[in-house]
Amino acid sequence: MNFWSFVVENRAQILQLTLEHLWIVGIATLLAVAVGIPLGILITRKPALQKPVIVIANIIQTIPSLALFGFLLPAPWIGERAGRLAILALMLYSLLPLIRNTYAGIKGVDHAVVEAARGMGLTDWQLLYKVELPLAASVILAGIRVAVVISVGLATIAAAIGAGGLGELIFRGLAMVNNAVILAGAIPAALMALAADFLLGWLERSIAPQRA
Amino acid sequence: MNAAQTEVEFRAASYWLPNGHEILRNVNLEVRSGEILVLLGRSGSGKTTALKLVNRLLEPSSGEVYVEGRAGRAWDAIQLRRHIGYAIQEVGLFPHYTVARNIALVPSIEQWPRERIDARVQELLKLVGLNSEVGSRYPHQLSGGQRQRVGVARALAADPPILLMDEPFGALDPLTRSDLQREFLGVQKQLGKTVLFVTHDLHEALLLGTRIALLEEGRLVSLSSPQEFLGSSDPLVRKYVQAFSAADTARGGK
Repeated sequence: MNFWSFVVENRAQILQLTLEHLWIVGIATLLAVAVGIPLGILITRKPALQKPVIVIANIIQTIPSLALFGFLLPAPWIGERAGRLAILALMLYSLLPLIRNTYAGIKGVDHAVVEAARGMGLTDWQLLYKVELPLAASVILAGIRVAVVISVGLATIAAAIGAGGLGELIFRGLAMVNNAVILAGAIPAALMALAADFLLGWLERSIAPQRA
Repeated sequence: MNAAQTEVEFRAASYWLPNGHEILRNVNLEVRSGEILVLLGRSGSGKTTALKLVNRLLEPSSGEVYVEGRAGRAWDAIQLRRHIGYAIQEVGLFPHYTVARNIALVPSIEQWPRERIDARVQELLKLVGLNSEVGSRYPHQLSGGQRQRVGVARALAADPPILLMDEPFGALDPLTRSDLQREFLGVQKQLGKTVLFVTHDLHEALLLGTRIALLEEGRLVSLSSPQEFLGSSDPLVRKYVQAFSAADTARGGK
């Protein structure tokens, strides 16, 4: 069977798997943003926590993805549904770039700007949302971009535990020794990663602070 | 106005780092209402630290700094800082805010009504010698001198009675600097703020200062009017004056 005829015959299923893929990556990224950005902010305020938080996020990053899926399998509620498990694993992988870039972005804000802001009587919160977060936004977005691109690729492996997504076609193609089926999963996944990279990169440049 | 009234007072104020290194030692100093008190000293003499003790960016390790008769510790730090204008050499304008929004910062967090803020911004731009159209520009579109003017306008925005200035004209070319110094004196004549002004430049100190406080290795070594300073017999003051006139002669080529 050739690639194009497979795609045409199975377009409804490919579309459904693409949406599943997008859903897993999207929810995982949202959760990672909700956890990673506050953690990144926290370690700019509590320097003692910086090392341990970064080390833990680093260690998570080094666990092979299949092994991480395996580790999470016995977890209550999470382990009951493969989709939940995949989302949690992708979220954990996305934490490192988010924490690191949030930290670096805030630390990279011009010292004089922070000093002037504090000297004029901005509270800690005002300093954060009026100065630090807006000025760190493009660096934080770069972290989100890295996380999304990694997640799109890793999500294909989630099919191994039955979480669905485009990985299902890749694994099926491998089992059938059929390149057309593998490509029907791999190409949409690659296009998704490229599109996310392009879109987030464009957003990142458009909010980057102006420099003299 | 009672000219002898004390606005800021250092009482045995010391500051040392957590490792015990002493930056400021037992400083006693009264800043009178409406004067420009210049803190003069070389790098590392503790003059910037002294300034930061006033608006509580740093806490004295021992002793106390009184603002308007109230101990710094008794003030809410945020309220204290909004009550004191602050201008620094690097200016620290918010790069993502227009000039007008930068100037309006304290009035807007103090929730002044919109029309009052707009009117105040226009008034301040005029006061520091900038066109009102500069208000809509961003800091990166300004020259160094314009940025400093905006920094001074921002410090004056909420009409604070006290102004802290940390080498605000230090990074400018000599011509622009002398323009800004002269204009600042004019503005000060109108406003009569109580100003603490940090500089390492004796010329600037003599030009602007009502009184000059000389700091050396964290200690206050002399406090005098500019005339007294030039005629002082104190060895450290003389050294300072001599170094200055030597540099002046070399520059003048006489």
